[in-house]
Amino acid sequence: MQKAKSIELEVAVVNGIELPGHWNRMFEPRVISEYDLSVLDQVTSIPGAESLGYCYQCGKCTAVCPVETVGDYSPRKIFRKTQLGVSLMDSPDLWLCTTCRNCLRVCPKEVNMIDIMPAVREQAVLEGKAPAELLTAFENTARYGNPLGEPPRKRTEWVKSAEVPVPVMSQVKAPVDVLWFVECYPSYHPRGKDASVALARLFNALGVEFGILGTEEKCSGDSQRMAGEKGLFEMLAEHNIKMLSKYQFNQIVVTDPHAFNAFLHEYPKYGGQWPVQHYTQFLAPLIDQMHLTRPLNKKVTFHDPCYLGRHNGEYEAPRDLLKAIPGLDLVEMGHCRETAYCCGGGGGGMWLDSFTRDYTSQRLSEKRVLEAVEYGADILAVTCPYEVSRFEDAVKSTGNGGRLEVKDIAELLAYSAELI
Amino acid sequence: MRILVLTKSVPDLVEELVLDEDSGELLHDEMTYVPSEWDDHAVEEALLIKEDSNADVTVLAVDTGDVDNMLFTALAKGADRAIKLQGDFDLSTSNRKRAQAIAHYVKENPYDLILSGVQAIDDIDGQIPAMVAGLLGMPHASVVTDVRLDGDRVHFHQEYGGGLQAELASQTPVVLGIQAARKPPRYASIAKVRQMMKSSVLEEVEVAVEEVPELEIRRFFKPVAAGHAEMIDGDAEEVAERIVSILKERNLVRG
Ligand code: SF4
Ligand code: SF4
Repeated sequence: MQKAKSIELEVAVVNGIELPGHWNRMFEPRVISEYDLSVLDQVTSIPGAESLGYCYQCGKCTAVCPVETVGDYSPRKIFRKTQLGVSLMDSPDLWLCTTCRNCLRVCPKEVNMIDIMPAVREQAVLEGKAPAELLTAFENTARYGNPLGEPPRKRTEWVKSAEVPVPVMSQVKAPVDVLWFVECYPSYHPRGKDASVALARLFNALGVEFGILGTEEKCSGDSQRMAGEKGLFEMLAEHNIKMLSKYQFNQIVVTDPHAFNAFLHEYPKYGGQWPVQHYTQFLAPLIDQMHLTRPLNKKVTFHDPCYLGRHNGEYEAPRDLLKAIPGLDLVEMGHCRETAYCCGGGGGGMWLDSFTRDYTSQRLSEKRVLEAVEYGADILAVTCPYEVSRFEDAVKSTGNGGRLEVKDIAELLAYSAELI
Repeated sequence: MRILVLTKSVPDLVEELVLDEDSGELLHDEMTYVPSEWDDHAVEEALLIKEDSNADVTVLAVDTGDVDNMLFTALAKGADRAIKLQGDFDLSTSNRKRAQAIAHYVKENPYDLILSGVQAIDDIDGQIPAMVAGLLGMPHASVVTDVRLDGDRVHFHQEYGGGLQAELASQTPVVLGIQAARKPPRYASIAKVRQMMKSSVLEEVEVAVEEVPELEIRRFFKPVAAGHAEMIDGDAEEVAERIVSILKERNLVRG
């Protein structure tokens, strides 16, 4: 087994005084021998899931795990239950983690749910133990290239409503600067399409030379990977890399932080290495050229997407863009930046809403919407395609219809630039 | 016990059917094909029988092009063997001819239990299992659920009118058209399917089919819609109000 990295010093010198750390028993993972550890061993023997065994029950994760605030859940609890012999493979616990990465931020032992969850879930999927609604999303993705089960041929249908040129690479015979990887929800979901239209108009107004893959594009597959379908992810990655490799471009710009994560960390493992930016990163340096003239006199708060913020460290670009809109009053919620709450859509959560309902008192998206309302926001600004629909549903289900609007940053920018 | 499952791929209705309106022909090459959902149930029922009783499960498809993925998926789910019948077949090959090909194969390669989906979107009347049984002189039942082995006999349920179910028994060999499996068809993870593609082979069996009596499809066409649906717009209150008033108008509510 891979050893835990100890973060405590063996000897520290403070003001010239040498302080030995031998009293501190936390240098190595403690071996707890009073239990029958066979169930825990089964989990930690899965490649990727080793670090569950490092947990020393400090409980820091319990304080930050979003699922804990609506249920009874945290890495500490998962370790403890597994240690006591509860099979994680058969437990609903396995499907509740949204891979939001908040626990890893605080865990002194680097118990890494971002590796543990996909590894154990993959095993569960192989054994036929995954929730049916998740399998439907997998099947749809495998068959149609998108988890919504929409026809692949209609992937570019949103382009019609853009009313500006959105060149498809197979028809553009020349290299472009930006390959815009649109992704599934921005291509098919009615509210996702609104953001795509806004972004297409912004690109046009800025004179960006761009192209999209169109029907050659398939889901980036990152959330399916986190939900335990690595084979599906690989198939999608190979496909997208093959399609992208046909064309010449300087960089990829993505709408979706999950695709951003895939292009940054996973696709290079399969030979797909391109410079990639989230669209907020691409647009932030171009603020001066955007002609943001129409004021938006509203109180706006911003929800950091887990896969843009905590996973990949981008907190400023979205804020810079929002602050550039005249009249806009940006208020921060208590949970923001690295401590941001999760919308519940990551790690497969997007396709597990009915399942999750049975084990939680509230949706994570509802929790987040209530926080935005508490801070007096008129608009909840988002920049991940999972969020618009999740938060809009949550606005309705928490009885805040008419009080809080949910808008993609692209929509707000296009509004201010008088493009929509 | 040797079980054979007959599978076929059918046009994917999520994508639109591609019809040449002038010639009335379906443009098979421009459509996407997916495994017939009833066949998925037949595969599942066979695998459940295998789990109860150690049967050996073979899946078969007439090679109309592009059936490999379907067969590898069945192998990934737990089928033991996969057979591709090769000959003069394509996507437009009639069900009559397919049945003849399957019958030729089974004559040479006997099985005890032959399962098929009860129907397919291009075989709504479920001809294939019935014709295979007829050509081979085997007993046949359609709209079957809950297939269990009892010694060398097969027990199964069939739906009758008036809310009745019958439990039937048959000697083997027998051909059954499966309505639904006892459990929802299982998921084959992509990694497993891909592994199957690397590690297993589809057995290719050549069959020659003589001239068979066939019907000629003169044209396909979309029926002209009669009447129109009313789309109800508005917020929840308005929609509810309109629904209530429609129900009242048409005398569909009492009191
Ligand atoms: S990744 Fe997020 S949801 Fe998962 S256990 Fe950690 S804090 Fe909880
Ligand atoms: S923060 Fe880490 S070590 Fe502490 S209880 Fe959670 S998982 Fe265990």
